[in-house]
Amino acid sequence: MNVWNHLRRDPWALAGIVVVLVFVLAAIFAPLITGINGQNPYSYHLGALDSNGSPKGFGGGISWQHWFGVEPLTGRDLFSIVVYGGRVSITVGVLATVIAVALGVLVGITAGYFGGWYDRIASRVVDVMLGFPSLIFMISLTAIVAASFPRPVLMVLIIGFFGWPAVARVVRGQVLSLRQRTYVVASQAMGAGSAHVLWRQLLPNVGSTIIVYATILIPAMIGTEAALSFLGVGVPPPTPSWGRTIGNAVAWFSTDPAYLLFPGGALFFITLAFNAFGDGLRDALDPRVNRRRSRRRQSATTTEAATTRAAG
Amino acid sequence: MTEGAVSPQHREPVLRVRDLSISFAQQGEADRVVDRVGFTLYSGQVLALVGESGSGKSVTAMSVLGLLPDSATVSGSIELNGNELVGAPGAELRRVRGGLIGTVFQEPMSAFDPVFPIGRQIAEAINVHRPIRAKAELRARVEELLATVGLPDSRRIAASYPHELSGGQLQRAMIAMAISCDPVAIIADEPTTALDVTVQAGILDLLRSLRDTRDTAILLITHDMGVVADLADDVLVMRAGEVVERGPVETVFAAPTSDYTKRLLAAVPTLAELDVATVTEATPVVAAGIEAEIEAQPDASADDAAVLANASVVFHRRGVAVRAVDGVSFEIGRSEVVGLVGESGSGKSTIGRALAGLVPIVEGRATVAGVQLAGSSRRLRRDIRSRIGYVFQDPASSLNPRNRVGDSIAEPLMVHTGMSRAERADRVSDLLRQVSLPLDFAERYPHELSGGQRQRVAIARALALEPRLLIADEPTSALDVSVQASVLDLLQELQRRLGFACLFISHDLAVVRRLADSVVVLRDGRVVERGDAASVLAAPSDPYTKRLLAAAPVADPEAQTARREAWRLLEEIA
Repeated sequence: MNVWNHLRRDPWALAGIVVVLVFVLAAIFAPLITGINGQNPYSYHLGALDSNGSPKGFGGGISWQHWFGVEPLTGRDLFSIVVYGGRVSITVGVLATVIAVALGVLVGITAGYFGGWYDRIASRVVDVMLGFPSLIFMISLTAIVAASFPRPVLMVLIIGFFGWPAVARVVRGQVLSLRQRTYVVASQAMGAGSAHVLWRQLLPNVGSTIIVYATILIPAMIGTEAALSFLGVGVPPPTPSWGRTIGNAVAWFSTDPAYLLFPGGALFFITLAFNAFGDGLRDALDPRVNRRRSRRRQSATTTEAATTRAAG
Repeated sequence: MTEGAVSPQHREPVLRVRDLSISFAQQGEADRVVDRVGFTLYSGQVLALVGESGSGKSVTAMSVLGLLPDSATVSGSIELNGNELVGAPGAELRRVRGGLIGTVFQEPMSAFDPVFPIGRQIAEAINVHRPIRAKAELRARVEELLATVGLPDSRRIAASYPHELSGGQLQRAMIAMAISCDPVAIIADEPTTALDVTVQAGILDLLRSLRDTRDTAILLITHDMGVVADLADDVLVMRAGEVVERGPVETVFAAPTSDYTKRLLAAVPTLAELDVATVTEATPVVAAGIEAEIEAQPDASADDAAVLANASVVFHRRGVAVRAVDGVSFEIGRSEVVGLVGESGSGKSTIGRALAGLVPIVEGRATVAGVQLAGSSRRLRRDIRSRIGYVFQDPASSLNPRNRVGDSIAEPLMVHTGMSRAERADRVSDLLRQVSLPLDFAERYPHELSGGQRQRVAIARALALEPRLLIADEPTSALDVSVQASVLDLLQELQRRLGFACLFISHDLAVVRRLADSVVVLRDGRVVERGDAASVLAAPSDPYTKRLLAAAPVADPEAQTARREAWRLLEEIA
């Protein structure tokens, strides 16, 4: 409740939430939205192209029929491609983040709490993973894996797998300071097992960090997906994808800049929106923000009186 | 409030504060923390601002230096040597800070920059206000200042980094820095709160001599009535931003007029009268006897809640073995309250942790509730912990901020019993009732509670499994004195009713005296004296215990003068 109150007063975070929501809804209801004009991202409209294959008319063929114009050479509806492309980008981004966060938290929290040789090994692995040329590895991996393996699943697994070390490092750092806190020692002193301490004491306290980190990780994951598709190793055509469309559009930039503008703008706005939302969320979850301090003081003074009376 | 009652003979007024009000802007609302406070500080006078947390005493002091955050609004008048400081330009205030008013902070460890030697930092302070160009002259001035504050080995101290010095030495260096530009006044904000009592006595003595020899005015901010009685000439008692009482120390302590001051003084735990003659008398014969008794193995009966026999704990820091606890023996009988006393680094908290199995005992024996700790299986050690309750010093960090109070109290029940949710809720209600907290507190979060309430919750949690032994590690050190009194009362009442044994760890002899049946005095990991609480605290035989007792200030100016004399004599002997 408190978090929402704080977010509501932060215009950037609020704008971020709205933009993210618009994109998510557009992705979910893509068939309905593109259906308004009877469009889909697959049918060719050669009539909308001139003899060179570039779109006829202003801004890459923007018309009542094609809101964002059409794709050069094929004449496919660019609006549909952008809307459908959001499906792949957002799904891959979110699922890859889930994998990265789950792995990262598991490794980070245990490494920070148990320490010793386990921590040393885990930390070295994280260092190696972070220094690894992951993009090259991802490209070669997509080349090796059998074509029958569904591409989106493969991308989720690969991108998610290379995302966890950063999460693990952040969580480990937090846990290192948390495990010195008295309430963790108190839990140990009452005989609680490791699982209890990890689950009941530590996890709730790294929770806000994890949430904030995840919201900032999602746009990075979406960007990685776009990069892979841009390089031609992402989702295979004809499934619409922002990254691939951007990749194709670069060659057409001098004749048809609108072709790059729309998918590029979509990628830019969702990345910015997630980051703005994540920033606002971090502020809202930060207990040092004075809104909570004033609340505590109020309730403490009213209840102090109650206790003194009760204590006699 | 009028501004009489201070005792200036032919003194110059240095600092005159009138109608000072300070409020902080909070979400558009002004939160007034200081309300029409006025006082006058004369040269050669020590004026103490006393109050509990939230009384506005520190904010008042910081406003004199113009060091409040931007959200603060200051009204009224602060005159230093006739110059108005409220609304003064930044350059004027910078001239005042360090130049006319020196400041001593609470935490000497964090008041110095860790990457520069002490001498360089003091030289820097000098050069800001009165630059000395010649290097040799500057160094001589720094060394002279350090010698003035009772650091005779001033050349070595000047070349040392903060981490190489003790808290007491650092606080003296801080004072050297404060007086480096011959200020007319010193603001000392809780100057001894972070220090051990024996060190505190030395610092207070130093401040007193500065007042006497240099005629410096000192504005002392403290929560400790003993410190006030020891050092201050006049006192200003503050509560919730208002002055509730003012006057000369003797009058205020002997006949307080406001109810609040009376309650505050009544809440301060007391020490037995110290007989200067017997304390300063050397008693080697008795000391030897005690030594022999300590050497003897304690006759452990199966009924004892805990027994330590020649137990040692060793820590390894960067390959160096440190004996934090060195061959300690004592036993805690059934339903007995044992006070474990010592200064920081004496190993008292380590003993508590060792008994709870949190740190291993490398030598000797330790049994809790009849079970041997060393060499027992993991399972058994966990089991022992269900017989021990643990209360920590800082209630703010001993409760998980993300868990509801009820869940925190129920945690030991979850770990050790198979109680259903409803049964646990019943037990939590029962425990809340026992510690005199409203039942709806179970649904609250720790940050919604005050310090005293949190400590009550911590006690409820420690008692959830009806332990045989309660280990209370400085349970009231982080609390205000009036809250401390009620928490101590609660502990005492619960102990009498439930009959658990208690290891009460504290640096405060007066607090221990109030609760403990017997006392164990620790120094550098060894037991120097133990015995019946009444006799040890009234007639100590070990020289260290004597010094510890004499150094602890009491909230009574006359008695404190006597104690100070005893402390000086003991320091000379030592």
